[in-house]
Amino acid sequence: MKDILQELETRRAAARLGGGQKRIEAQHARGKLTARERVELLLDEGSFEEYDMFVTHRCTDFGMEKNRPAGDGVVTGWGTINGRMVYVFSQDFTVLGGSVSATHAMKICKIMDMAMQNGAPVVGINDSGGARIQEGVDSLAGYGEVFQRNIMASGVVPQISVIMGPCAGGAVYSPAMTDFIFMVKDSSYMFVTGPDVVKTVTNEHVTAEELGGASTHTKKSSVADGAFENDVEALAEVRRLVDFLPLNNRQPPPTRPFFDDVDRLEASLDTLVPENPNTPYDMKELILKIADEADFYEIQEDFAKNIITGFIRLEGQTVGVVANQPMVLAGVLDIDSARKAARFVRFCDCFEIPILTLVDVPGFLPGTSQEYNGVIKHGAKLLFAYGEATVPKVTVITRKSYGGAYVVMASKHLRADVNYAWPTSEIAVMGAKGATEIIHRADLGDPDKIAAHTAEYEDRFANPFVAAERGFIDEVIQPRSTRKRVARAFAALRSKQQSMPWKKHDNIPL
Amino acid sequence: MFDKILIANRGEIACRVIKTARKMGIKTVAIYSDADKHALHVEMADEAVHIGPPPANQSYIVIDKVMDAIRQTGAQAVHPGYGFLSENPKFAEALEAAGVAFIGPPKGAIEAMGDKITSKKIAQEANVSTVPGYMGLIEDADEAVKISNEIGYPVMIKASAGGGGKGMRIAWNDAEAREGFQSSKNEAASSFGDDRIFIEKFVTQPRHIEIQVLCDAHGNGIYLNERECSIQRRNQKVVEEAPSPFLDEATRKAMGEQSVALAKAVGYTSAGTVEFIVDGDKNFYFLEMNTRLQVEHPVTELITGVDLVEQMIRVANGEPLSMTQDDVKIDGWAIENRLYAEDPYRNFLPSIGRLTRYRPPAEGPLGDGIVRNDTGIFEGGEISMYYDPMIAKLCTWGPNRDAAIETMRNALDSFEVEGIGHNLPFVAAVMDHPKFISGDMTTAFIAEEYPDGFDGVTLGADALKRVAAACAAMNRVAEIRRARISGTLDNHERHVGEDWNVALQGESFDVTIAADHEGSTVRFADGAELRVQGNWTPGDQLARMTVNGDPLVMKVGKISGGFRIRTRGAELKVHVRSPRQAELARQMPEKLPPDTSKMLLCPMPGLIVKVDVEEGDEVQEGQALCTVEAMKMENILRAERKGVVSKINAAAGDSLAVDDVIMEFE
Repeated sequence: MKDILQELETRRAAARLGGGQKRIEAQHARGKLTARERVELLLDEGSFEEYDMFVTHRCTDFGMEKNRPAGDGVVTGWGTINGRMVYVFSQDFTVLGGSVSATHAMKICKIMDMAMQNGAPVVGINDSGGARIQEGVDSLAGYGEVFQRNIMASGVVPQISVIMGPCAGGAVYSPAMTDFIFMVKDSSYMFVTGPDVVKTVTNEHVTAEELGGASTHTKKSSVADGAFENDVEALAEVRRLVDFLPLNNRQPPPTRPFFDDVDRLEASLDTLVPENPNTPYDMKELILKIADEADFYEIQEDFAKNIITGFIRLEGQTVGVVANQPMVLAGVLDIDSARKAARFVRFCDCFEIPILTLVDVPGFLPGTSQEYNGVIKHGAKLLFAYGEATVPKVTVITRKSYGGAYVVMASKHLRADVNYAWPTSEIAVMGAKGATEIIHRADLGDPDKIAAHTAEYEDRFANPFVAAERGFIDEVIQPRSTRKRVARAFAALRSKQQSMPWKKHDNIPL
Repeated sequence: MFDKILIANRGEIACRVIKTARKMGIKTVAIYSDADKHALHVEMADEAVHIGPPPANQSYIVIDKVMDAIRQTGAQAVHPGYGFLSENPKFAEALEAAGVAFIGPPKGAIEAMGDKITSKKIAQEANVSTVPGYMGLIEDADEAVKISNEIGYPVMIKASAGGGGKGMRIAWNDAEAREGFQSSKNEAASSFGDDRIFIEKFVTQPRHIEIQVLCDAHGNGIYLNERECSIQRRNQKVVEEAPSPFLDEATRKAMGEQSVALAKAVGYTSAGTVEFIVDGDKNFYFLEMNTRLQVEHPVTELITGVDLVEQMIRVANGEPLSMTQDDVKIDGWAIENRLYAEDPYRNFLPSIGRLTRYRPPAEGPLGDGIVRNDTGIFEGGEISMYYDPMIAKLCTWGPNRDAAIETMRNALDSFEVEGIGHNLPFVAAVMDHPKFISGDMTTAFIAEEYPDGFDGVTLGADALKRVAAACAAMNRVAEIRRARISGTLDNHERHVGEDWNVALQGESFDVTIAADHEGSTVRFADGAELRVQGNWTPGDQLARMTVNGDPLVMKVGKISGGFRIRTRGAELKVHVRSPRQAELARQMPEKLPPDTSKMLLCPMPGLIVKVDVEEGDEVQEGQALCTVEAMKMENILRAERKGVVSKINAAAGDSLAVDDVIMEFE
């Protein structure tokens, strides 16, 4: 009997060694941790329950039957993050390069099925050379099974991908369908076709880092939602993100004890909006001063910086924030910012996370590059996302809210629940000068008359009161009281119930 | 007494004058430019008059505009503060003509002391010690040696037209004087085309010490002791104190009496300051007289209990001084630190902008000392590009010098300023500098002790351990809160451990925390134990802790996996990790700062409104490079790092597309 118990420990020890000490050292030398070390950092100490440790592949071609390492290149199971369940898979680059075989994929599918059934997020740690070529179509079928589960799980449980090594070819499409992708600077890359193929086909010379490194995907392509300095920081920040997310779509977002005054007044916000309407200011200051403990988890910080997206807590509970950023491109809406915000709004709506929208938007960005690239359809995504979202929606206009962009940014007309405006707001079809030049076209030759008309227009429309007279703005509020007012608005919406007409699904302009 | 006075100034000094006026029951009138519409001094005054656009030469120093404001409001007297019109005889004259009292000296005194040569002459005539020297032309080396002997070595041989150290020699004996005269003359001839030379006493180990005088219009004059202002950066005072750690009673008395004699010689009334340079042997020489209230006057007020502004108002009202020289005492010690919006890590580059956070320490008693903070700004206010970038004058008083310095250190630790760069870490470093603590400093202190600028403070071993212990205890609070999230798996909650690793300033400490209701005992691997107490909760940006009973105040920010801690002028990234996390973190590669492109790209399609630099300019991180207008909004593009502009590809008026190269750097 004793020998049998010992046999288990021996087998476990062998499985834990993955591809062996030499490959572990090579992994470390690349500045990367091993699959198991990563799981350790992701989860609460001692909370990992591993499954399928002894799974091996079944391939007999190309001599593969002689090399059947336990676990087959991926570590799977579940554990807790601050006591809350998550399922996890972590690809082991030391075992056959982390390549995906049918059984490797099967292991991932098993924990994804469990996650959906039991209602817990999935965190996938990607570090894989790609398909196990020796297995041929079996490997591709494995990818397909994972993809289908990513799709089924979307909107059911949060899915987070952490790219901590190579992720190339078809493999990229699994992370691509998850809710968030994070990368590690300098040691991870993602692309559909690698530099060699690119060179052959298009004659472009590009390094893997340039083609698909963390910087490319956080700044240019927007494929990734954030990038971190190293494995340790990346996993710590994933833990931090999970603390903001509900476990599944049947549960409300988490709450935790908070150490901030709900009624906290911030007198400094009274001077946030500068005297000169053309002077930018930093919208992040407002977000930080509204949030509990000035804690803000930003999503896609380096992409389309003219809009800010991320999570804060109010009274200890998660709220998603979408805010125009006057510091960048005057906070204008364009293709990139509309896409970025639309996806974020839809994530929040999936998982019952209330949405706070902070508005200072001069309109949509004009230009041929915008029109040729389809700003009409991309802009419509944000409009659509806001309009279909049934979660509590609170909007605060700080300054400009012009034209179509006014409607898009969670206006009353898109079923926002509570719409506040600061006294500095200007809610109108366009700026005073432009409007005057159209309405009073006949007087264009007379600068004095135009100036008088402009002043008249400003008096009438460069304020929140016209909108407030119509009830499009529920209340004009003092900037200093924003945290208190917003927190109370969300408190009043805790039991909000709103539904959509029956449909198979909508047809958002993708 | 006056019913209403106007303060012809802005910022902290306007606020400070308003405070005293209010205490005396006098109404106040503020004046303000467009940039100061919402300034604190406007808020504090009973009335405020707008006097023009932001630049001072179109507002605060335009005499006609100030006179208009006086007429409009019926102010009976004007306090000019410092700077602006405070030493402008024409302003004093205009007030006199309008029958409005000037809260300052008579016009004649301002004029007499306003000119360096005249003032020196008057000082000599009043038997005030001046720097010995020979202002006439010196014919040859023999004459130079003769004059040098008359003055007494060491002497400074200077070119009349000189500047920047050129044509300047220091001589300690006849041979050097002879040699120095000739080389100075040659250098002056070749550098300036003017070989006239003069000689004066070279003051060794110079200290800047000044005497506060106060005179009434009835012939009474007293001195209110001295202030030492030797800690200067490029002739700008940074730290001042009263009394001076260097003066003895006899020297103080001699300097004070000579100062009063000088004031009387020019018919001085009101408060004034006589500046001296003092050498290592306590010889003192007159430099100049400032005919106004000095920036650093609070230190004098703190040790004498005299409200100088009140005295100035009473003197202007014609009252005789209510005190005699015998009433002037020295009670304890006072220090002033000038907090400027100048970034010490970027070569003290002015850093203007919005104060997203401004929380000075509470005024009043702190420990066995007193805190006073003269300021003209508030949280959410702005440090404007148009004026002196002063944030505040933080002063502390203590029963002795060490106590005043210690109170200052504690006050600085709890002084929160965010949104702009500022010199708080630098003055905190000075407060801990052994030379400053000893009181043995000269005007060369900053140049000598920080020759390559300031790159932050490195904490000593004990201080580091105290911070590490506090952070370990704070992190435990944060971790326990994290574990108290909703939705945990019943009976399988996270247990927050006792063993942690704290990494900071290149050091790493393994600690074990034993917490109880009153605090935490943090045990280090070497067996040392520190008891940490305090009511810090997550999100607090100021942690007021005690470690083994001694106060430790830290500014606390967030970084991934730990805290950004600022205390005693040091800025630290503190990581608190479990032992296993720490072990794995040590595997992570050290990364060099990324080599980003050496170009400034246009971030948006827009119009270049202004290019602020030229090719060949050296730019500092954060410096404005150019302004791009897009969507009718002006966006200022700033340098991401220090560099030299090698090429500029765009000019004002150019319309650029995204990613067009605006300029390149070497």
